[in-house]
Amino acid sequence: MNVSLQVMGKKTDFILKSDCPPSFEKSADGTCRLVNLYQFYNSVQGRGVGGTQTALPKHRDGFTPAEIDLGRYLFFDPLLSKDGSLSCASCHQPDKGFSDQRDRSIGVTGEKVVRSAPTLWNVAFLDKFFWDARATTLEEQAIGPLFDPKEMGNNPTKLLQDVNANKLYRELFKRVFPQSNMITLTQITRVLTAFQSSLISLNSRYDRYAHGAHYVLTDREIAGMNVFRSFVARCAECHQPPLFTNNQVAVIGTPEPEGMPFDVGAEKTFNAKKLRGGFKVPTLRNITKTAPYMHSGGFDNLFDSVEFYTKGRGHAVPKNESLQLHWHIWEPNLTKEEIQLIVEFLGTLTDESLTPTIPAFVPSGLPVIDQEYQLSITKHNNNSSATGNGE
Amino acid sequence: MSSGKILGAILVVGAFAGGMYFGSSQQSPTITSSSGGASYSGGYDKSTDTSVKNANKSAVAARTAEGVTHVINPGDLIMDAVKAANPGDTIQIMPGTYHETVYIDKDDIRIVGVIDQGKRATLDGQGTLNDAILYSGNNVVVENLLITKYKGNAIMGQAGNNFEIRNNIIVDTGVYGIFPQLGKNGIVEHNIISGIEDAAIYVGMSDNIHVAHNEVFDSVAGIEIENSRHAIVENNYVHNNTGGILAFITPGLPIKTTFDVIIRHNFIVNNNTANFGAPGSTVAGIPAGTGILIMAADEVIVEGNIISGNKTAGIIITDHQNAPNTTIDPESDPAPDKVMILDNVMDNNGYDTIDEAKALMLTEFKQGNPDIVRVGVSRDSCIINRHRYVTVGVKNWQECSFTNTANVDSYILDEPVPAREIDPSERGKVVYMGICAGCHTYTGRMIGPPVQIIQALYMDNPQGLADWIAKPTKKRDDYPEMPPQDYLDEATRLAVAKYLLSVNK
Repeated sequence: MNVSLQVMGKKTDFILKSDCPPSFEKSADGTCRLVNLYQFYNSVQGRGVGGTQTALPKHRDGFTPAEIDLGRYLFFDPLLSKDGSLSCASCHQPDKGFSDQRDRSIGVTGEKVVRSAPTLWNVAFLDKFFWDARATTLEEQAIGPLFDPKEMGNNPTKLLQDVNANKLYRELFKRVFPQSNMITLTQITRVLTAFQSSLISLNSRYDRYAHGAHYVLTDREIAGMNVFRSFVARCAECHQPPLFTNNQVAVIGTPEPEGMPFDVGAEKTFNAKKLRGGFKVPTLRNITKTAPYMHSGGFDNLFDSVEFYTKGRGHAVPKNESLQLHWHIWEPNLTKEEIQLIVEFLGTLTDESLTPTIPAFVPSGLPVIDQEYQLSITKHNNNSSATGNGE
Repeated sequence: MSSGKILGAILVVGAFAGGMYFGSSQQSPTITSSSGGASYSGGYDKSTDTSVKNANKSAVAARTAEGVTHVINPGDLIMDAVKAANPGDTIQIMPGTYHETVYIDKDDIRIVGVIDQGKRATLDGQGTLNDAILYSGNNVVVENLLITKYKGNAIMGQAGNNFEIRNNIIVDTGVYGIFPQLGKNGIVEHNIISGIEDAAIYVGMSDNIHVAHNEVFDSVAGIEIENSRHAIVENNYVHNNTGGILAFITPGLPIKTTFDVIIRHNFIVNNNTANFGAPGSTVAGIPAGTGILIMAADEVIVEGNIISGNKTAGIIITDHQNAPNTTIDPESDPAPDKVMILDNVMDNNGYDTIDEAKALMLTEFKQGNPDIVRVGVSRDSCIINRHRYVTVGVKNWQECSFTNTANVDSYILDEPVPAREIDPSERGKVVYMGICAGCHTYTGRMIGPPVQIIQALYMDNPQGLADWIAKPTKKRDDYPEMPPQDYLDEATRLAVAKYLLSVNK
């Protein structure tokens, strides 16, 4: 199936793939099912947390190759934003760990929003989205940045007008959703979900260790892994294998960048004082690619991020704040060498082998990952105003 | 960590459901015989567990053939033997002192300290090493060691199933003594543990656990069953801790429930040690002098224990709302429901209790030293022979419909948790999709060359491809060298080779 577009005088074909992405098997009903070695294992209560050989939690899959591929075009298309200036990929760039290497992302207004862009690797396994855990599905999550005035700034009416006015999208959606004459918001969030669910990173050197290839990690990396999972450092209590997150909210008391007001995080989501300053435990997979770190990018490297935990319980909590810090936050008194070993271990969690191809063109004809736009806003990098509502 | 500040007593006064009790009744108490009567049938139905067949109280898989026995002498590294060991092997550690962290990321390894004339193999962390034993494999046994002066835990399990941890002496190891976490089917028995800043034995987020015949003392918590199901804690001697035996739901963890816990036939004596838990830890809120503490856990049976000399109370039952040291979790039910208190010998408890307990007593116009204190919500709980004890908060509880748990011998599975069966015909596909597809596509260039090219080379020679996978050599200047896949067993390598040669897109 292909649709073409004239780009700079050249005819460009849009072909929706009929094969599943790597690591996905096409089942009899034509949908793609994830296949991986963690299927060999089990996990207590089916929750997908534990040690080296632990099953993964439930995940999203079962999309058709065409849905995934259409989602890919949309993901990279700035048509989705209010003024065509930025796409999902502007803040979730494939070569930056599906994040953007900023402390906090910059939206259509050119201002920084309040929180950093989380990685999208392995989101298929999550059931809480946004740093403050306010969405429970990827479809629900997609609505957030699309219609946040400080992020993509769009609204449902304009978005649907724009995509429906695009002949190529109408044609492509028609092929994926043949029963429907108009492109709907549900269809848009579905294909975005389909694409994001294909971003799987489970083939790092750590994974090969977990499956039994113990020689693939160096002695230092193994030493780092042992500090990481020791009950002194306690990293693995929240960043639990195999996803290196336990999908929970934790109050750890990281500092906000200077000049930023205290972020209440999950307190607002759950209307719960005890979760004040609580944020979702992020995955550590591909963590070396997603600096700076924490919900508002307070640390620009991994050493400092790890060191935060050893500086003592609550050391960065503002004087006027009283937080119920997670009990795993204590004073582990790690040595500099131990911190360095943990950092080296975190490097073994890198696997970008299934990075999808960035489309050369998208149906709107707008530039993908809008590099011009990215350049134009670098001047705002020192702008610390923070008014957006999402990340 | 040294003596931490106690952040606050775990109890705050909450309102009881129901009205005031004026104590005017002069009826003779109901005396239920605990030697006769019906027996509890257990909250865990073994017949629904597919891996259960015959009664056999061990957790690890029986070995049909013993592997190699590696003997370690002082001066050797235990870890060298673990690295060399294959599933089925035993590592015997001769008496002497060893300074190392031993991690076991493989299945079916047994670590056995050799005790000779009372002298033990000693793992000494010298106050600098983190944990002594870390295991993630299934069917791991750790026994007969002396472990001391580690900063973290003596023995920590992470998602290993079918474990047996026994006959160890653990002294002064920091946070936890024995901490199996996220495992199913395990036994912790005949250990002596003291001087632990949190729980001497901490069963976390696990299922089908048996904790028996241990002596735990001089620690903040003796034995803790947390976010776990189907656990029996029996015949332990639990003394001189801050709190003796705990059954908790700790909020905020990925596993959300604790239920079906039997605490029976333990000696829970003089647990009056000042709380030296780390600030912020859940146990840091336990008032010194707590025999048994049940927080938010359901279906907990307390039977046949000797609970004496615990100055705050023999048994405290609380929900999360009345435990100010805990956070909240929208996904965890905060109430301890279906708590069942059968006959226990309770003596000399509550003689120096906390103000919160006294205030609760006043709400029922009671005096004396409390054996049982219940605060907050608790649905469908029951108690027999309540007249024996000084209680507060249980007057509306029903009589239990049974008097003992004699029918429940063990919650250990009759057969160990099996390694997951994958249809051998699927094996090649799973490895291909899970591993090979990370670097190879059918036609295009990825990290490795296209599958089509590999097929052209090996089409009639799957064995040759399987052999090459195990020991790859560099073939193409413009591609990186492939890492060896020799951790996959021979059959799997052949299966994936055949699969790879058969795919057509």
